[in-house]
Amino acid sequence: MIKAIINYFKEIFTACRTLITGMKVTGYYFFHPKEIITQQYPENRATLQMFDRFRGEVVLLHDENNEHKCTGCSACEIACPNGSIEIISKKEIDPETSKPKKAIDKFVYHLSMCTFCNLCILACPTDAIKMSKSFEHSVYDRSKLTKVLNKPGSKIMAGIKE
Amino acid sequence: MNFNIYDFTEFIISIDNWLKQLLSPGLAKITGMALIGVTFLLFVTLLGLSIVYIERKVCAFFQQRLGPMRVGFWGTAQTIADIIKLIFKEPLATKNSDKFLFNLAAFIVLISPFMVIAVVPFAKGLHALDFDIGLFYVTAVSSLGVTGILLAGWSSNNKYSLIGAMRSGAQIISYELSIGLSLLAIVILTGSLQLSVIVESQRDGWWIFKGNIPAIVAFIIFIIASTAESNRGPFDLAEAESELTAGFHTEYSGIKFAFFFLAEYVNLFIIAAIGATVFFGGWMPLHIGNFTFFNEAMDIIPPIIWFFAKVAALIFLLMWFKWTFPRLRIDQLLQLEWKYLLPLSILNLVLMTIVSLTGWHL
Amino acid sequence: MEDLLNKAETQEYFINMGPQHPSTHGVLRLMLTLDGEIIKKVEPHLGYIHRSIEKMSEKDSYYQMVHLTDRMDYLSCHINNEAVCLAIEKGLQLEIPDRVKYIRTIISELTRLSSHQLWWGVMGMDLGAITTFLYGFRDREMITDIFEETCGARLTMNYNVPGGLMFDIHPNFQKRTKDFIKHFKKKLPEYDELLSGNIIFTERTKDIGYLSKEDAISYGVTGPSGRGSGFACDVRKRIPYSAYDKVEFKEIIYTEGDSFARYKVRMDEMKESLYIIEQLIDNIPEGDFKAKTKAVIKLPDGEYYQRVETARGELGVYIISDNKKNPYRVKYRSPGFSNLSALDTMARGGKIADLVAMMSTLDLVIPDIDR
Ligand code: SF4
Ligand code: SF4
Repeated sequence: MIKAIINYFKEIFTACRTLITGMKVTGYYFFHPKEIITQQYPENRATLQMFDRFRGEVVLLHDENNEHKCTGCSACEIACPNGSIEIISKKEIDPETSKPKKAIDKFVYHLSMCTFCNLCILACPTDAIKMSKSFEHSVYDRSKLTKVLNKPGSKIMAGIKE
Repeated sequence: MNFNIYDFTEFIISIDNWLKQLLSPGLAKITGMALIGVTFLLFVTLLGLSIVYIERKVCAFFQQRLGPMRVGFWGTAQTIADIIKLIFKEPLATKNSDKFLFNLAAFIVLISPFMVIAVVPFAKGLHALDFDIGLFYVTAVSSLGVTGILLAGWSSNNKYSLIGAMRSGAQIISYELSIGLSLLAIVILTGSLQLSVIVESQRDGWWIFKGNIPAIVAFIIFIIASTAESNRGPFDLAEAESELTAGFHTEYSGIKFAFFFLAEYVNLFIIAAIGATVFFGGWMPLHIGNFTFFNEAMDIIPPIIWFFAKVAALIFLLMWFKWTFPRLRIDQLLQLEWKYLLPLSILNLVLMTIVSLTGWHL
Repeated sequence: MEDLLNKAETQEYFINMGPQHPSTHGVLRLMLTLDGEIIKKVEPHLGYIHRSIEKMSEKDSYYQMVHLTDRMDYLSCHINNEAVCLAIEKGLQLEIPDRVKYIRTIISELTRLSSHQLWWGVMGMDLGAITTFLYGFRDREMITDIFEETCGARLTMNYNVPGGLMFDIHPNFQKRTKDFIKHFKKKLPEYDELLSGNIIFTERTKDIGYLSKEDAISYGVTGPSGRGSGFACDVRKRIPYSAYDKVEFKEIIYTEGDSFARYKVRMDEMKESLYIIEQLIDNIPEGDFKAKTKAVIKLPDGEYYQRVETARGELGVYIISDNKKNPYRVKYRSPGFSNLSALDTMARGGKIADLVAMMSTLDLVIPDIDR
């Protein structure tokens, strides 16, 4: 009988002890606000740096002369598992050889369908496309998510062959 | 009119006289009552808004977050923005719900905190009522809130709500007992149920210090039981977000939801206020026996600040519980009450009687 | 009184838990038959998030089908990717560089850790301690940062390709991983203080949701949930793949079979995962990060099966090939599906609150159940 009573009180004390250990943990963080890990996003935009390999969206690289490296070979289109890329090509007259040559008319990219799998980047033989670090993709109209990646008036860099 | 931050008695009397001079006696009484009502309405609203904000900040700091930061400086206007949003929301009711009870329940839950807050002594002379059965009145009235919860759960026509309401009924009714018994332990020492007398009796030290071990035990039981009675975590079974989505107020939206929310936070304040009054001397500054110098130094701080500081400390303790512990299960909850708290508080009561008879308390 | 009680009719009733419910963690719908708060029967209904990943894989090339598995059990996506790649590599009989094996193992273990951290946080939240959720995420954040730097994505990483890895590890990878291990070793005791020791938590989980070893085997409950019932089913130990035969680690087994045992298995597994990473992180051999593969992979005629241990249990990848550039048939044996099937047995006679705790300790990821 006495044993049962002692056990009863022991139970209460161990229970209280475990509860207090838990409160110590949360209490520690309350009184150490330095440990707060929140990043305030729109405010820290200027300093926010994504990692180099971050997959934000597919971009076609242009240099300062508005030239890109895409030959229109469609390798990326084939590699894409969900048809996010459409290459619309056209025939162009090569100024050097004056022979007709395939070139891109439009590099259509459907951001809304892309799963950011990186396969198109791996497939491109000329490294014309890249994953950019931008991640602020929200728009008011979903048609804005279909993008034409080659800039107007851009042309292929000299010396890039299929 | 002489305003004295240390003693509100004259101030209140002078307002009363002023009203009596201005108006006929009957009208003066009605105006006085209306004045008190409006004051409490404003006070409760402000209280709700600020405690919600504080809770969100405190919880954020426990969780290594910053909490609301956008609206106003450090998010201070966040709760106001929330209230505005809630007012503009459509008040929906489920199909086949008992519309009358459904609407009524939201108001009933607010009645009991309003009734209790009337007897809370905020400072010397600053209270709406000073009953000679104050503490008894508090325990009696504070359990009225459960009717609102039961009605809300019943009339919602939602099984989750019903389960939540039933749980809360079982919970509140059983924890009433422990609250009453733990408060009685102090009543044995004071010999009075009147809250102003209880506060006065702590002029030379608070009961938690003077009352020996039984007072401390009584306080622990009180704080556990009252957390349970106000349906707060770890005893928030009636809402039990992860089990019952939102328990008894699942179907409420808009301003009616806000009423439940407000009631919860005002209840939190009331628990802390009663706890502070009974165990920590209410508005009485910290006095130690006959150290006149120390006591006078403490007296410089106005009683109303003492009161709110103590209440804030107790509220913080309750928040600390909520943001640390997992929730109990319904049978464990009842077990805790009937197997541990109730026997302990009865035992404590006996101990307290012995202490008070032998004069072991200070 | 007796009379009155006998006259009063009681009735069992149904409750739909889900598809939108805070603690089913997704669109799982459980039809509960209840008597008051006591559970009489649990019937899971599936299909709310079916995306026909298996069927879609049949039209994809072998390179393309890998990224779909990210979306099955998204918390152990790297392990899923690895499983598919291992199956394809088995078919091609490719010799994989050691470097690849080591890196895959390290990242698999990191994935397991991050999954368990999230599970721990959610477990606390399901039982009403919301703070654990944030603490779990705090530590998981470091792992997702490691992933983001090396793989380019935080959740659906798609870092594996048949034959190896997409790119080599980032130069910071080793340092970051070691930093994480140091950090997490400090934080792990906190997990115990906050939940494992807490009296409310132990009361809520001990002797609740009992699953016997026989039942675990017959339902095919694998992973930590199976090992909590004493079923030694760790694929990493039984049929080692990647670099698991080169490391030392314990297979955590508890025999109690209750919710607390399942909880303990995962807690101890986190320690083992740290230990495995520690053994490998400084010894990553030099070499290629990818074996040479053709631009178009064609698996020879036949059937290929590969099993791996994800954070939730045994994942099987079954590919039938007819020597074309896409598979003839793909089937995934997902751990979540089998684990869920044991829920009814476990839950009967318990309370609603117990059911929530049980689901937490089974660690269900709904997209994994409903591919
Ligand atoms: S990242 Fe993947 S899904 Fe997106 S465009 Fe490239 S290949 Fe297609
Ligand atoms: S981006 Fe690269 S792969 Fe795609 S069409 Fe252009 S050159 Fe070919």
